[in-house]
Order: sequence, then C-alpha cells, then structure tokens
Amino acid sequence: MKKVMIGNHAVSWGVQRSRVEVISAYPITPQTQIVEELSDMVADGRLASRYIKVESEHSAMAACIGASAAGARAFTATSAQGLALMHELLHWAAGGRLPIVMADVNRAMAPGWTIWTDQNDTLSQRDTGWIQLYCETNQEVFDTTIQAFRLAETVDLPVMLVLDAFFLSHTSEPVDVTDQEVVDRFLPRREARLKLDPEDPHAFGALVRPDAYMEMRWQQQEAMREALRVLPEIEKDWEALTGRTYGAIETYRTDGAELLLVTSGTITSTARHVVDARRDRGEAVGLVKVKMFRPFPTEVLREALTGASRVAVLDRNISPGHGGIFAEEIRSALYDVPPERRPRLFGYVIGLGGRDVTPSVIDAVVDRSLEAAEPEREDLWVGVEL
Amino acid sequence: MSQTIIRDRIPKDELLASGHLACPGCAAPIAMKLVLKALGPQTVVTLPACCWSIIAGPWPQSSLRVPLFHTAFETAGATASGIKAGLVARGDTETTVIAWAGDGGTFDIGLQALSGAAERNEDIIYFCYDNEAYMNTGIQRSSATPWGAWTTTTPVGEPEASPKKDIVGILAAHRIPYIATASVAYPVDLVQKVEKARTIRGMRFIHILAPCPPGWKTQNDETVDLARQAVQTRVFPLFEVENGTTWRLSMDHAGEPVAPYIRRQARFKHLTDEQIERIQTEVDERWKRLEIRVRHGG
Repeated sequence: MKKVMIGNHAVSWGVQRSRVEVISAYPITPQTQIVEELSDMVADGRLASRYIKVESEHSAMAACIGASAAGARAFTATSAQGLALMHELLHWAAGGRLPIVMADVNRAMAPGWTIWTDQNDTLSQRDTGWIQLYCETNQEVFDTTIQAFRLAETVDLPVMLVLDAFFLSHTSEPVDVTDQEVVDRFLPRREARLKLDPEDPHAFGALVRPDAYMEMRWQQQEAMREALRVLPEIEKDWEALTGRTYGAIETYRTDGAELLLVTSGTITSTARHVVDARRDRGEAVGLVKVKMFRPFPTEVLREALTGASRVAVLDRNISPGHGGIFAEEIRSALYDVPPERRPRLFGYVIGLGGRDVTPSVIDAVVDRSLEAAEPEREDLWVGVEL
Repeated sequence: MSQTIIRDRIPKDELLASGHLACPGCAAPIAMKLVLKALGPQTVVTLPACCWSIIAGPWPQSSLRVPLFHTAFETAGATASGIKAGLVARGDTETTVIAWAGDGGTFDIGLQALSGAAERNEDIIYFCYDNEAYMNTGIQRSSATPWGAWTTTTPVGEPEASPKKDIVGILAAHRIPYIATASVAYPVDLVQKVEKARTIRGMRFIHILAPCPPGWKTQNDETVDLARQAVQTRVFPLFEVENGTTWRLSMDHAGEPVAPYIRRQARFKHLTDEQIERIQTEVDERWKRLEIRVRHGG
C-alpha cells in the first residue's frame, strides 16, 4: 500500500506494523504528530497497544522501561529537551538491556528557544548505550522503525531512530507501507530472554560491586559489536521481502572520487544533487552517508573513505570547545590508515538550529575542500555572520 | 490481642528471605515482610533508590522471592505503570504490581511520577515506607522530616524548620480509590489493609511509618514500640480514605502526650519543653482536621 505521508506518520505506521504493545509518550514539537497518529490508531483499533499518557518524557521512558522489563514491545518518541530530560533513564534502558525503540525528531537545544533541526539532542546521548540510526527519507523512516525492533530484540539493546525536524518530520513523501503479514514474517512477537515473571522471580538492576560491573559493561559492548554484525543480515531479510535496503553507511558515486562528502540525515538528499551536478561536469566528487552512528561503523567507513584524497564532513551539530562530532569520530576512525593513504579531512559545522543547507551551500563546501591545500586547524563554521 | 489471633490472621508464607541487609531494628523489612504475606507470590515489586535498594541485596542475590525491578530514584510511579501495562499487554491481568519507595522517593523526587500515576488511576499499589529522612545516604532531611528534627543537613543550630508534608492529603486530592496509613506495630491492621487494597482496582497508596534507629537516634529494640507510640500519640494516626472522600479511623487513638515519644528520640534532644509543646499543638490541630474529615467527608 502506497501512501503519501509526513515523516512523523511514517514512524507511526512503522510502530503500528511492528505491533507495539505498550506506548508511553509526552508531547513535544516537532515529534507530536507521531504520538497523535498512534493515539488514533489505538483508538480506532488499528493497533492493539496499551497507551500510557504520562506527565513527562522522563516518565515516558520510565514506563517504557517497566513495560519492556515485563516482556512487552515498547515504544516512545521525543525531541530535544524531552530527550535531554530522559537522559538518566536512557542509561537505565541500555544498562538494563531493554530493547525499547524510540524515535527522536532531531531538534536543536534551547536556549534560545528553537524547534528547528540539528543533531545536538541525539549526539548528546552518544554514550548512553543506545544504538542510533539516522534516516534520510520517509520510506527509510518507516523501514527503519520496523528494523529497529528486530535489531533491538536480537541484541537486547535499545534503538533510537532519528529523523530531521520539519525536513522529514513535516514533509510529505510517498511511502510504501509494507503489508502486515509481510512485516509479521520479518518481525515475530517478542520473546524476552528474561522478564519480570512471578513464576520465575529474578531481581533486575541490583547493586553490583566493582568485581562484576566491568563484566556487565563488557557484555553491553559485545552487544554493540553484535549489532554491527547482525544489521546486514536484518537488512538482507527486509530486502528479500520488500526490495529495500540501506546499510550502516551508503556510498553514492564514490568510484574514483577525489573528494568524498560525508553526511547524515536529510542533508544527504541535497548532497546527492550536488554530487550528480559535479559528476556531470566531470568532477570526481562522491558521497558517503552515515546512517548508523552507534555502534560506530568504523571498518566500513575506513574502507569507504580510504580511496579518496579528500573527505569533507558536514556536521549539523557541534561539540562546543571541540568540533563537529561526526568529523571527530571519522578522524579517529582514519587514524590507523597509513599516512600516504589517509585522506585529508575537512570538517564543516553547518545548518545548526534548522538553518537551511542548500545546494549552493554544499557547492561552497565542495569548492573549498577541493581548492584548499590543507584543512584548517578547527572545523569551519559555514555561513556564520557576526 | 493474643499471639494466636495474630498468627491466624497473618499468612504464613514467607516471601522475604532471611539474610537481607537492613540495619538492626529497621522497620522497613518488617513492613515488606508483612506486605508480601498479604499480597502473596503473584506480585512484582519495583524499587526506586532508597534503603531497600541495599536491603534487597546485591547482584546476584535477592532477599525477595518475587520479581524485583530496581529503578531510578524519581520514577517509581511511572515504572510501576509501565510494568503493569507490559504484563496486561502480555495477557497477565492478575499479577499485583507494587512500587515500594522511601519518603524521599515519594514526598520529594518521585512526587511528579506518583502524581501522574495517581491522576491516571493506574492499577498499582504504591507503598511509601517513611523513615522521615534520606537515611540511605546518611540522614539528610526530606520533606517528610518532622519539624524540629535534627538531621545532618538540619543540624542542631538550625533544625528542620518545616512541618512534615501532608502526603496523604495530596494523594486524597487525586481522588484515588484507596489510601491507608499503616504501622509495623499493628501487623493485623496492616495486613488487612493490604489484603483489602489487593482486591481494589486502580491506584492505591499505603503509607507506613518506619522508625529508623540510626536516623532517629533510638535503640534497636524500640522500633515497634515507637511505631505504636506514634499511633497512640496521634503523630501518625491509622486511617483509610476511599475515593478521596470517605475517611475512616482504623482504631481508637488514645491521644497520649507527644512529649515522651519525642523525648526518647535523640534526634529531638535539643528541643525545649516549649518547642515540644508546639509539636503537641500541631498534632492536636492535625487530629482535629482528620476528625472533621472522618465525620463530614473531605
């Protein structure tokens, strides 16, 4: 069934097709339409789910944690301040190995008040132990929502699927809504390995002494490695059923490229047009889209980037006092590449707080990255006027 | 009441194992033991940070013979809501889900999640075992600490300046189906209230005073007698509230003077006779308000 829908509703439909059993949510712009649509789906019987309308995002995540610990498939959605409020519970979900799925509509952090997109909300949660998947199109949002449950429940880790405020959340695109029986084959009912069960009582999350804490964190790290390993298998199964696949990263027209752009989210779609235009003019420019940010796909990225002499990373985020966060992670990933094969990395901070990243902005980035002899010592802020 | 009657009225099953890690004389495990006897094995417990986070035992042990989920300090009401929803979603509508929180996790940091759960009339029982301060972190004041008390953050030079927060009044204002106060000194009354709560659907709140020898500066063997005295002085009267409107006293309260109760707790030893008289006046006033609600509804 093909439907034209906004990105937020693509999440709702993915949740509906995933037969989520418990939803707990609190409204925040620009996420709200996700949970409004889910309210309708529950009310009219399209989705048989318990829906807990809590008094804060903090309680939304706590309720998802409780539901997931009881063995149910649980979902919530949020943005920006709401995600930040959840921070402590994000650790609780990941450390508790609970396969909750959450959609975050990327919104910049206040103050000043803003509702427009950038990635600082989700990237601030980098070290909480959640898998993070950044989407480019509404179809990808729908597909990723369903895949996220399969991935989460395979490795017992929570998954955050991420979409840009407004550029995806409020923008309509055609979405092929996969039939329920097809999704059911891909995503069976959750079978929790351990749950709160009076027939088989266990304590979860008790005090753990220094002689065991590191082993628990090690197991979490192993689960992250496992997530990298199983994602291609999960995608292959989905591709067999629907013909659609994405990858932890995607390479676009990278053959023989001198310069590779690295993007995530909707900037990727704009960058594709720039790459096409440059290729038409005979320029060797390609694109690498990073979808999976945690676990970080170090190996495949290193492989994809090592062929080029220059890499330009477009970061719609900033780690104040350091630089663009994707750029820093990619510099780290490339450190082991021998110097003669290691590309020069140009970092650009771009589009914060929802500032438009147009083809001409990306063209300027491409020109500069091709012309400059060496990168600046710090990532360049694109278009800042003081 | 004779020992025989007590034995007959309290279920024999032990769902609290020996070897828990409470301090000697702690009322909190007595309360848990009685509550689990009343609820039985088809129960799931969630604990926010509190003394019971330690009492329950470190991984991989547990002193409870029912499933236990440790959760973040401020989330008991929300986590319990989620557990209940998860069980129901999986077809289990019978298991009783309880939140078991201290006064800090109830009166202070957990009040928002508790209010949310109460307002939604979640089908859970929320227990507050109230030792009147942050005892697990070493005796800091909470909004459940009574006026005049010493704690490490209300030293003798500046003892607790606010009266204890009226948590039952707050819950009653949410018009939830059932509220009770209970005491480890009256185990039959406590068990009967919990058994009654178990048969009611929707949000239930049970407030249990839990004397704390290291925090109250009392002897280990005084706990149950202190709990009894708190009831008989009307410092902690025993009553039930149904739907926020029907208030019922659980027994006769003798109205013993508060001074002996206060004087035996070294956390109050700096108080003058006049200051203790002020406590007596407050207790009398609160009792009057309670009697009005019992007589006329509230």
